[in-house]
Formats: sequence, structure tokens, C-alpha cells
Amino acid sequence: MAAYRVTPGFQRVLRAVKHASLRPQFCVISCHAQYSTVYNPNEKTFDKILIANRGEIACRVIKTCKKMGIKTVAVHSDVDSSSVHVKMADEAVCVGPAPTSQSYLNMDAIMEAIRQTGAQAVHPGYGFLSENKEFARRLATEGVTFIGPDTDAIQAMGDKIESKLIAKAAKVNTIPGFDGVVKDAEEAVKIAQQIGYPVMIKASAGGGGKGMRIAWNEEETREGFRFSSQEAASSFGDDRLLIEKYIDNPRHIEIQVLADKHGNALWLNERECSIQRRNQKVVEEAPSTFLDPVTRRAMGEQAVSLAKAVQYSSAGTVEFLVDSKKNFYFLEMNTRLQVEHPITECITGLDLVQQMIRVAKGYKLQHKQEDIPINGWAVESRVYAEDPYKSFGLPSIGRLSQYEEPVNLAGVRVDSGIQEGSDISIYYDPMISKLVTYGSTRDEALRKMEDALDNYVIRGVTHNIPLLREIIVHPRFISGDISTNFLPEVYPEGFKGHLLSTGEQRELLAAAAALYVAAQLRSQKFLGPQRVASVPQERSSWELCVELDKGVHMLGVSRSGSSYTVEIDGEKVVVSGEWNLASALLPLTINGSHRVLQCLSRNSAGEIALQYLGTSFKVRVLSKLAASLSKHMPEKIPEDTSSILRSPMPGTVVAVSVKPGDTVAEGQEICVIEAMKMQNSMTAAKTAKVKSVHCKAGETVGEGDLLVELE
Amino acid sequence: MRALLGSAAAWSLASLRGRTLAVPVLRCASGGASSVQQRVDLKRSKALQGGGEKRTEAQHARGKLTARERVALLLDPDSFTELDMFVEHRCSDFGMEADHNKYPGDSVVTGHGRINGRLVYVFSQVSSLDKLHLQRLHLASTVLCFQDFTVFGGSLSGAHAQKICKIMDHAMTVGAPVIGLNDSGGARIQEGVESLAGYADIFLRNVLASGVVPQISMIMGPCAGGAVYSPALTDFTFMVKDTSYLFITGPDVVKSVTNEDVTQEELGGAKTHTSVSGVAHKAFENDVDALLSLREFFNFLPLSNKDPAPIAESHDPSDRLVPGLDTLVPFESTKAYDMLDIIHSIVDERDFFEIMPNYAKNIVVGFARMNGRTVGIVGNQPKVASGCLDINSSVKGARFVRFCDAFNIPIITFVDVPGFLPGTAQEYGGIIRHGAKLLYAFAEATIPKITIITRKAYGGAYDVMSSKHLRGDVNYAWPTAEVAVMGAKGAVQIIFRGKDNQAEAEAEYVEKFANPFPAAVRGFVDDIIQPSTTRLRICRDLDVLASKKQTNPWKKHANIPL
Repeated sequence: MAAYRVTPGFQRVLRAVKHASLRPQFCVISCHAQYSTVYNPNEKTFDKILIANRGEIACRVIKTCKKMGIKTVAVHSDVDSSSVHVKMADEAVCVGPAPTSQSYLNMDAIMEAIRQTGAQAVHPGYGFLSENKEFARRLATEGVTFIGPDTDAIQAMGDKIESKLIAKAAKVNTIPGFDGVVKDAEEAVKIAQQIGYPVMIKASAGGGGKGMRIAWNEEETREGFRFSSQEAASSFGDDRLLIEKYIDNPRHIEIQVLADKHGNALWLNERECSIQRRNQKVVEEAPSTFLDPVTRRAMGEQAVSLAKAVQYSSAGTVEFLVDSKKNFYFLEMNTRLQVEHPITECITGLDLVQQMIRVAKGYKLQHKQEDIPINGWAVESRVYAEDPYKSFGLPSIGRLSQYEEPVNLAGVRVDSGIQEGSDISIYYDPMISKLVTYGSTRDEALRKMEDALDNYVIRGVTHNIPLLREIIVHPRFISGDISTNFLPEVYPEGFKGHLLSTGEQRELLAAAAALYVAAQLRSQKFLGPQRVASVPQERSSWELCVELDKGVHMLGVSRSGSSYTVEIDGEKVVVSGEWNLASALLPLTINGSHRVLQCLSRNSAGEIALQYLGTSFKVRVLSKLAASLSKHMPEKIPEDTSSILRSPMPGTVVAVSVKPGDTVAEGQEICVIEAMKMQNSMTAAKTAKVKSVHCKAGETVGEGDLLVELE
Repeated sequence: MRALLGSAAAWSLASLRGRTLAVPVLRCASGGASSVQQRVDLKRSKALQGGGEKRTEAQHARGKLTARERVALLLDPDSFTELDMFVEHRCSDFGMEADHNKYPGDSVVTGHGRINGRLVYVFSQVSSLDKLHLQRLHLASTVLCFQDFTVFGGSLSGAHAQKICKIMDHAMTVGAPVIGLNDSGGARIQEGVESLAGYADIFLRNVLASGVVPQISMIMGPCAGGAVYSPALTDFTFMVKDTSYLFITGPDVVKSVTNEDVTQEELGGAKTHTSVSGVAHKAFENDVDALLSLREFFNFLPLSNKDPAPIAESHDPSDRLVPGLDTLVPFESTKAYDMLDIIHSIVDERDFFEIMPNYAKNIVVGFARMNGRTVGIVGNQPKVASGCLDINSSVKGARFVRFCDAFNIPIITFVDVPGFLPGTAQEYGGIIRHGAKLLYAFAEATIPKITIITRKAYGGAYDVMSSKHLRGDVNYAWPTAEVAVMGAKGAVQIIFRGKDNQAEAEAEYVEKFANPFPAAVRGFVDDIIQPSTTRLRICRDLDVLASKKQTNPWKKHANIPL
């Protein structure tokens, strides 16, 4: 096992420094939504727990362990050696190099770490080894407690077909369908009539949408059968087809369950997780606007009966698809702590990690079903290091050069495993944090979310706050009219950022102009004695020209104290604030209403980038003189990019399909880049000959790196 | 009169818009005086028009501003006071004496004004002799044989030089910086030796002013032949991309002498000089961008060597901790990181004006503020060539350090240097001589010197980088620092040559030397600090060192190894 790649001398220095001067400060999870759970110090659980995970979930688990008086062991890859979860834990063991297959999935190394540290139990978090029955088995043979369900339950729920059969047997609604192979079109029609329209005809060997057809009537069923079998045969060489009920515009709603080893199980209400992109959740909330108490209870009871059917213990999640008529169908059961568990904690007051640890030790559940409340409303936004303008989010990497979580706001919880200076690398999930807001009503929770997103400072990596901020203020989202198709339906052309209304544009222009003037005024201020007296300009009004998105606006600005009156097209906008030019946040009062903007960058040429309503806008503020002279400046011709293929994100080159001299057609695949476990096909922007290839398979590339040049 | 002069900038604006100038008519008692007044008004109006509307248009068409527009944009509104508006050239050959070949002001605008309230002297050359005018000259003369008429624009006459010299003399006596906006075709051939004398007069003043007042050259058009040496003698040379050129001889001469085919841009464009030759310190997108940036740059500079580094109002707390720094330096000493990340996070408001960002990138130099006070930053850049010192980076660093020392700007040095770059190219190029410049500059400097060793400080390069031994005032080491003669591998190969237990020896060497203790126990570093506290410590030290007094032994001048 690799130890820290640190010299003993260095460790000595670190220790020496730690004692001598200021200790590193980190603030990781702040939860204003209090757990109602009592951490009973007399209830003995474990002395030491190893957390076989990284990032925010490792930090999350450590936090509860600390409350329960349990010592913690972090495992980490070599690139994670100074990450937050390592610093928070009492002990840390390096389990291998950066790639997860060699570190966080390296069971041998983790088992060794357990032996080495004497940990009595392992919390697997989510992902990695959390649903790996082999890992659970190995722990069991070594007498180490796995904080999760039994191996059998993991196995039963891990298999799609088996889990569906078990669910059916446990009287859980499953998607109606024909479990065998459909012989011909006529049989398809017969089955479809039994199930009820619409139906989905899909290839048994299918995947990726190929060989899949939706049919709303007999005719479409026959046609769909024919097409699907042809497509299945040509795509997979296997024309066997299945039929099941098609759930139109489904919602994804899941039930949190909690069970002990004594046959007790509870349902902890639902989480609405319909806002997704590429089957990954983006915004979640609890409870759901859609469920009535009857449906909720029905779903909860079915979830509990499934848990009982597999002798489930620990926390788990039963996922359902819910159609527009509130029919719900079992999708799958996740036998682990879910990413979005905090919203359930907010509304129920339970600390799920604590419950998991208790249950793993063999304690009975503390609560009865009637003790489980729905207190208020919680919303979670998954803040990712990714570019929301590319397919609702392509991963981005970088160093968090500035990072401030909005933890000072009331009702805000941020679960993260990073801090200022952390690297978001290509090796792991690009999640920055889970931003949770909690209020007594949904409206309050959403307003807090707006505020929290506006006050969240992230610099150095591209992030998805623009998208999150748009989702939570979208009328359809606010009215609860959502489904798993929300994003493609609302943004059929892809996400383009916030579209400014006339009023908002005025606010933005006014804020930019006032910021410009405040900075100009400050640049005349010099402290200390001066041999040649300075002659600052005594002005109270300015004529400015502000460019925004190719539009040019003439503004008149007048100042009184820290308040600026900006006149735009005959309308007056009053902007006031503290004008702290060092702060990333720019809290302003604009025409009486409170707005938090962020100044992303500002330079001497008058270019200002402001984050306003979540989206970043570039403006250019110039004096009237500078603007009139700018007209004469030559237009710089940007580089022609159609013949240059650059990597849109950092990642690893998996394959290069061309070589110099090849002729490629427009849209033809040139190479494949894998990033964050996603393979992205890079295609030619035009038909041309390949001039040069600058990458080869196996190489890592950064965002913007030149891959291939065309002639 | 003051009012008249004071409104010069406003007038120039009026002329931009092509309006007829409203010349104030002064009532005078006598007819004679009145006719003088009329001549004054006429000449002034001609001077303010510069080359006239056609010439202004031609200049704009080239993507450039006129001399007066540039001055107006550079200086605070209404702050420009012009001198020598009535100066005309005295050439009487080749028809130059004709009235239509005389322009009041003689193709350079000079005077003083304010940038953010602070005094500055300015000259702005008028690249005014446009094609129209030059054709007239061409008819009148016999010697004009170059194809490109535009290169004559703003050519330097004796009178032109005299005007520049006058403001430089003023600047020296008052103690204020000089900014030159260069846009000149070179010597005025018609004037012959008088023009050459004019250059030398300027060169002399550049040299005398060097180290007395900051001198800045902004190249905004062609600058060829002898004209290039004035910018070269000033402290900073900036360029405008695509419209400015600096070369001794143009592409045609190059072709005829060395048979090289080269374009103006390749030979002496902004890209060449900011990334290849190191002649220019930075390039800007266009005239407007350049002049606005120059205003920002000016704020970092003291007015003269008699002034302390300026202290601007800052909103960034001096005791701000930077937690990100604790994890910035990678554990593997072979892994790179970006020194700019450290610099940006430590200085006020992440505001760093980098000098020569595209040249010798293995060293980073530039201006920033700490608690409002201007500081010079020097840092090895591990991202480029492991941050080693070579010929170009030594010269780049040395010149910057000497500027700071001359103008009372404290220097903060971030050290992560594996040594000097080996190889024949470096040795033949004279790395010994050039490396000595940086050593010399740091040793000679008497301004407050604060040094932070972030990681490697190996060999002679450790000594060079503002070490304690060169009178560093405060020298810190981060826990990741390794101060040693060389890296473990190399050292062990020498110490234990031929022995078997190299790996063991390497481990021992690492334990002994690859940490800050050997330097700390000897007092060569004053403290081992938590990286997150670096800003706080520097700000505190700068307050203490503000009253530092140190002088070098009397000498006529030192003899830096040039």
C-alpha cells in the first residue's frame, strides 16, 4: 500500500507548524435545519468507523460520527491526500493512485486499511463500493460491520429482473408488461390491449434508445413492432422484443425507507427528483407538490413492504415512476444512503447516518411511523463543476481559486467536501456541493434557494449555478408542473442562460455603471503624504456608454454618497450599496429591492463581468469620450474554428479515428474523449482533409487543447 | 490664458466631431495687438486641428487615434496643459520652408496633465504627415524615395525633439513621470543632422532621467531607426497589437542586406517584441485599451525617486487568510503548480499587473498592492521549465528588480527554483554573465525585500532569489520548502558515487535537507509559516519595513555585468 508520498521530514514540519502557528480553518457542513435526533452518548455503537468514500459524503458521515463520539478513518487516493475529508477524519490511509479502480474501488487496499486502523465498521457512502455485495461479504468474513443492508438484500435489489419479481410478489406496483418475448405483431397488439395504451415496445437486447418505439394505438403497435424488430436485428443482431406500459411524462418520486434488523421498517416520506438531465438528478425537493396523503401513504407502505420482503435493514430508497394520474410504478431500490438524503433529514428531523450506524449495531428503530413528520419544505440543488450551456452540463475541471459557501444565510445547509484551493479533477465526480435550503413553506425554501445561489461564490471552475437559478424560478417548476422531461421541454434549443427582461436589463446596466463609477472614484484616492499634491476630479455626474450583448446604451449617472442614480432611456434606476470592491459579492439595493450580484472580473478597459440572477453577463463601460473613440478601433477577426477541433472539456482520449491525410465528412467522428466516466464523440465541423492530429489514445487533455486540425 | 490652455482637450474633442472651432475673440485696445491675437488664434486653431480632418480620418481608417485624442483619453478630463503649440520646424531645404509644409506644434503634442489626479508629463507624436501631405513633400523634394509614405508620419525634427526635451527637463525638475506616446517614422530626412542631434538630445535626457522619474513608452504606430532607442532607454515599453512596430531597419532593408523575407509584423510587431525579443513589456488590443490600461498602470508608480511607493485605498483586509494556499504546493516535488495562483490570492483584490507576461515565462514579475501599497512581485514559475533561471528570465527579473529599487517599491519574491538551466545554449549565450545581473540586482537593492520560499530553493539560484545573504529583510519558508544545494537524487549520486545503498542515502538526504529546517536553524529563513497566513505576514512586515533606511557605499555608479 502506498503511504503518503511525503517525506518523514515534511511530516515533522507539518506537525511542527500545526502546533506553532494558526491552524488551518475549514468549514464544511453547516446545517441550520436542526436534527431532532438525540445523540445518546450512552448508546454504545462503534469505537471507530472507516469511511470508504471521498468528498462530501465522506465529510457528511464523519460529521455525524463526531457527534456520536466515534473515531473516524478516511481513505484517500494520493491526489486526495490533502482533501477535506482527510483533514476531518481522525486517521487517514492512502489506498492507491488517483484512478478509482486503483483506490476507492480497491478492496484489497481498503481491507488492509481496516486491519491497519482497527476500524470496527465501514460506512460506504454512495457510489464506489456501497452496493457491492462482494465488499459486504469480505467485511463480514473479517468480522467488520458493513453499515448498510445485508448482502442478500443488496443482491436481490441489485438485479433488475429479480427485484421486479420480488416487488411484484410483495404487492408493489410494477410497470405492467409482458415478461416474455413477443412473437409477432398480432400478439403485440393483444398484449398492448391487456396492458393499456400507451405501450413501449423495446428490444430485449436494447440500449441507448435503439429498437424502442412508443405506441398509442393498435396501428402504431403493429408498425412499432415491425420497426423495432428490424432495428433490433440490425443494431444488436437480436430481434426479440418486449412490451411494457409506457409511462408518459413520468415523475421520478422516491420513498426513503429505514429498517432495522428486528423486522421494523418505516417510510420517511418522499423526495421529488424529476428534474434530471441524462438520468442524473439536478434539483430535488421534499415533499413533492404532486402527492396527496393517500398516494404518499400507498407509496410508503409499498416501499416498506418491499423492504420487509428482503429483510432490509439500514436506510434505503425505493424509486417510483409516477404518471400524470398519480399511478405509481416501482423502478428500483437503492440499497444505500442516497445523494439527496439531506432534504429528507430536513423535513423529518432525522439524522439518517446516525440511524444507519445504530441499525448496523443492531439497535431497534427509535421511531414509529406516526412519529415521522413532514415539517416544512426542503429543496436541494446539486452544484456541479460543469458547463450548463453544453448539453445541460459537461464536466469542467480546475482549481477553486475562490470559494465561499452561503452558510451564513438562515435555513441553508451546504454539504461539500471541498474548500478554497481544492482541485476538481478529471478522476472523480465533478460535484462541488449539495446546496439545501429549508423553509416552513415551499415558497420560503425556494426564495432561500434563490438567495443562496446568488450568494454562492465559486471561481476557477465553470459551474451550473446559472441553470439551477433558472430552474427554481421557472413558472412551471414553481407551479409543480414538472416531469423527467422538464429540461428538454423547457429548453428545447439547449440552455442559454437567463433572458433579461427590459427591467432586469436596466438593473444590470445601472449596477455595472455604478460599479464602474465607484471604482473610478476610488482609483483617485491615495493615502499618505504626497510631495506633489494630487488634483482629483471633483465630479458628481458622468456620461457613460455601456455595451451589453452588442447593444449600446447611453447612461447618465449621478452620485450622492454611496447611492447612484442612473438614467437609462429616460428611466431612473437608483443603485446603492457598500461598494466593497474587494468582495466577490456585490449586495445592492436597486430601486428599493435587494439584489446580490457578483463581480466576476473587472479590468481597466471597462470590461466587467457580472453574475446577475445566476447568469454571467459581460458588459463594457466606457466614458463617452472613450466610447466615441472606440468606434475607430479595428475589429479583430476571431480565429476560424471550423478547421480546428479542440477538446470541449478536460478528459482522457479514448480513441482517435483519423490520421493526417484522411478525408472526413462533416459530423464524422474524429476522436472520443472520456471525462467523468462519460464518453464524448468529437466530430468534424466540416468536410475536409485532416491536416494534423495532436492527440493519441490514452493521453489526458485539458479544456481547449488542440486535438485535430483540418485543412 | 490658463482657461484657454485648460480647455485644449475640450477643443480637440470638438474638432473630432468635425465642428468648426469657436475661437474666442478677445477685445484689444490696439489694432496691432489685435492682429497678433488673430495670428495666435489662427495658429492655435491650426495646431488643434492637427493634420486636419482628412488626416484624422486617415489615422482612424488605420485603426489609430490622433495624437490629441490619445492625450485626451490618457489624461483626466480637462487636465491637459499644452506647451510649445507654436513651435515650428526650422528646415529650409527641399521646399520645407514653405508655409504649407509647416505645422504649428511640429508633429508632436507636449505638456502635462493628471492621471487620477496625479501629475504626469506627456508627449504624443502626431503621425500626421499622411499621404496627401507627403505627396506634396514629394513634389517639393528630390530625396524622398521610400515607397511607404506613411512611415514619414510623425518624423522627428530638431524642433520636435526640442519640445520633447523641454517637458523632460520640466519633469525632472518637478519630479514627475514622463509618458511618451510614440508614433513616428524616424528621423526627418530633410533635416539631416539636426534631426539626429534631436534624437541624441532625447537619449541623453532619457538616460539622465533614468532612475529619477519613471519613464514609460507606449508604441502606437511605427517606430523605426534611431527612434527606437528612446523607448529602449525608458523603464517600460508597451505596444499596441497590429498597429505598432519597432525595428532598427524595416523589411526592405532586411531583404536587401540579409536576404530574409519578413513582414513588418514578424520583424517588429507586438507579438515579436513581447514574446521573442523581450523589447516590449506588454501589448494591448488597440489604442483605447492601451491608454485606459496605461492609466491603471500609472497608479502603481510613484512620481519620482523622492516619493515612496503610492498607497491606494484598498478594500481587501490585510489580515485575510488564504486557506487555499495550504494545499497548493503538490507533495510530489516534480509536479508543477501555477505561481500566479499564489500571487493572485495573496495580493489586494487579485489585482496583478504582470510585466512581460509572454516572455521568459519561467519567471513572473509585475506590480500589485499589499494593503494598498504598491509592491513589486518576482516569482519563479514552476509551470514553465520548472521555474529554472535562464538567460532571459534573469535579465527580465533583474531589470524589474532594479526599477523597483530605483523607485522605492518593496519587492516580494516567491521562490521555487530548481537552479540555473544547464546546456551549451545557455553557457554559450552567457548565462554566467546574465545570471549575474539578477544576483546583482537583488544584492544591490535597498528597498524592503520579503522572500517566501514555497518549495525548491536549490543551489546558486537559492542565493540569487533575494536570499537572506543578499540582505533580504524578511525571509520565510513554507513547510514545503527545501533549501539545499541540489535535489536528493543528484546530491546522492555525487556524495555516494559508486556506493550501493543509493536509495537509502537518498532517503537520508531527503530527511536531512529536503525541508526548511537546515535553513531555519541557521536563521537563513526567519520563520516557517503556514501558507494561509502569508498575506497577513507580508502586510505586517511591510508596515514595519516602511521606514527602512539602507544605503550602499558611495560610488560614482555601480558596474552591473551588462
